[in-house]
Amino acid sequence: MGNHSHHHDYNFSEQFTFTGKARVLSLVALAVGVVAIAIGLLSSDHIIVERTYANLLLMGYYFTCVCMAGGFFLAIQYVTQSGWSSGMIRIPQAMASVLPIAALILLLITVVGLFSHNLYHHWYGEGLTDPNSPNYDALVAGKSAFLNAPGFLIRQVVFMGAYSICSWLLARYSYNEDLDGGLYSYKRSFKLSALFLVIFGFTTPIWAFDTIMSLEAHWFSTMFGWYNFAAMWVSGLCVITLIIILLKKAGYMAWINENHLHDLGKLIFGFSIFWTYVWFAQFMLIWYANIPEETVYFYKRWEPEYKPWFWINVVINFVAPVLILVNRDFVRNSRILAFVCILLLLGHWLDYYIMIMPGTVEVHRGFGWIEVGTALGFVGLFSFLVFNKLSKHALAPAKHPFLEESLHHQI
Amino acid sequence: MSNFKYIIGSFADPDELMDGIDKLQANNVSIYDCFTPMPIHGIEAKLGVKPSRLPIAAFCFGLLGGTLGFSLLYYTMFYDWPMNIGGKPALPLPDFVPVTFECTILITALGMVATFFYRNHLFPGRAPRVMDLRATDDRFILAVDANDNTDHAKIETLLKEAGAVEVKYNERKYVSYE
Repeated sequence: MGNHSHHHDYNFSEQFTFTGKARVLSLVALAVGVVAIAIGLLSSDHIIVERTYANLLLMGYYFTCVCMAGGFFLAIQYVTQSGWSSGMIRIPQAMASVLPIAALILLLITVVGLFSHNLYHHWYGEGLTDPNSPNYDALVAGKSAFLNAPGFLIRQVVFMGAYSICSWLLARYSYNEDLDGGLYSYKRSFKLSALFLVIFGFTTPIWAFDTIMSLEAHWFSTMFGWYNFAAMWVSGLCVITLIIILLKKAGYMAWINENHLHDLGKLIFGFSIFWTYVWFAQFMLIWYANIPEETVYFYKRWEPEYKPWFWINVVINFVAPVLILVNRDFVRNSRILAFVCILLLLGHWLDYYIMIMPGTVEVHRGFGWIEVGTALGFVGLFSFLVFNKLSKHALAPAKHPFLEESLHHQI
Repeated sequence: MSNFKYIIGSFADPDELMDGIDKLQANNVSIYDCFTPMPIHGIEAKLGVKPSRLPIAAFCFGLLGGTLGFSLLYYTMFYDWPMNIGGKPALPLPDFVPVTFECTILITALGMVATFFYRNHLFPGRAPRVMDLRATDDRFILAVDANDNTDHAKIETLLKEAGAVEVKYNERKYVSYE
């Protein structure tokens, strides 16, 4: 075979040991979050309670979206029969395995938010759909066939249940493959992925309409679902990349090199542009048509309270990744790539902040210990659950049919 | 000795070609070029080929396309005959974004194709020239400049040792499909 050797010295059975600094830091962040949320929710000030609740929705949604992106990543890789990514799929698998927990937390937040807080008060309240009531709202009454509490709850449970089961199963099949080998698990994953992508594609826009867009129930936008999908996918890719960089820095996953990170960087670059494309398509059509029931969304976000953040959102999530990741040498540099990932994760927090806050707490928005504490808590919870899951299995799917292709990936 | 310019080593297997490159380089024989019917991972790094400058050309074409698109809109919609469409400002920048964007993409794509054709001498109607006809079919070709490397017998031995099925001495640089 000449010098084109197929030998390698990788230890595919190596496992991540979740101890020491990583474990302590994630638990400290989780504890800080629990304390901040508890102080916020137990506050005697009604505004502080609602602000904490809006933050809970923000981080619960963000957490679920990132885990869903893990399941979506797996499904895309199986359906396209990709080889380049097979050496790294244990990371999205760990995220996908955590999705059921994330979905339960978000479900709890939306249910409690619907019945006891003002999260969805635009469409759920006394007499909103009753023509004889002083609270009657003709627009909400017209939408009540879709926007009603039982429908909302059924959709939340069915959609998130379907995403959770599919994501969890995709991870499960791959862990089984480690034990049994052969193509049985791979073929099952392929079929399940195809089914999952169809369910995911048709239902995630509706899920975003329900969870986030209905906070301002008078307003509607058909682009909103794809806009949320773009944010979910970019932030999910950033988390996958960041975990790989951190693991490599700790000495794990020697079989992943700058070629794999380059491909992830290209996906982040491309989908940041896609996010902007959808964001702008939504903005321009509403600006151009100038119909009051549509412009109300941007009107609120152009108040002095939100306007600077509205523009910073576009700078962080579009201008920064485009200018930095357009350079091949920068994408292949793991320090610069990690910086961009962190920047985009902060950027998409701001993105969700601008989606959620004007419809819930309006002028009472703020940026302080509630926001930082809640975010830290969820980051701690996510890190703890995902790293804990990662430590349970080998870091490489040793019997994946395309693992050899991943080792020789070169771009 | 006859007046040949290039020694052509013809391999049937890409791994043997890579081995041939190693053997020639170990003996300080400079390689003129390499032709393969399919991409081979790692061959650019081995031969020391510089990264393509096509992305730089693409960036310049992108700037040109964006400027052209925006200028067209600026001139027709604002400078030459300002138009009031839907009560929007005379210079509605958000409206200009899609056209500017599309022109950027169009000129970049066309410009890259044109640059690629120019650099590779691939003009419509021109018969392509290659150093060995089977390089586009089933052979992996290694070309050595016979004037730069004088020990021709040794080169032939090295190529044969690496597994070359055929070693040719070409008097002309290119053979044409014509």
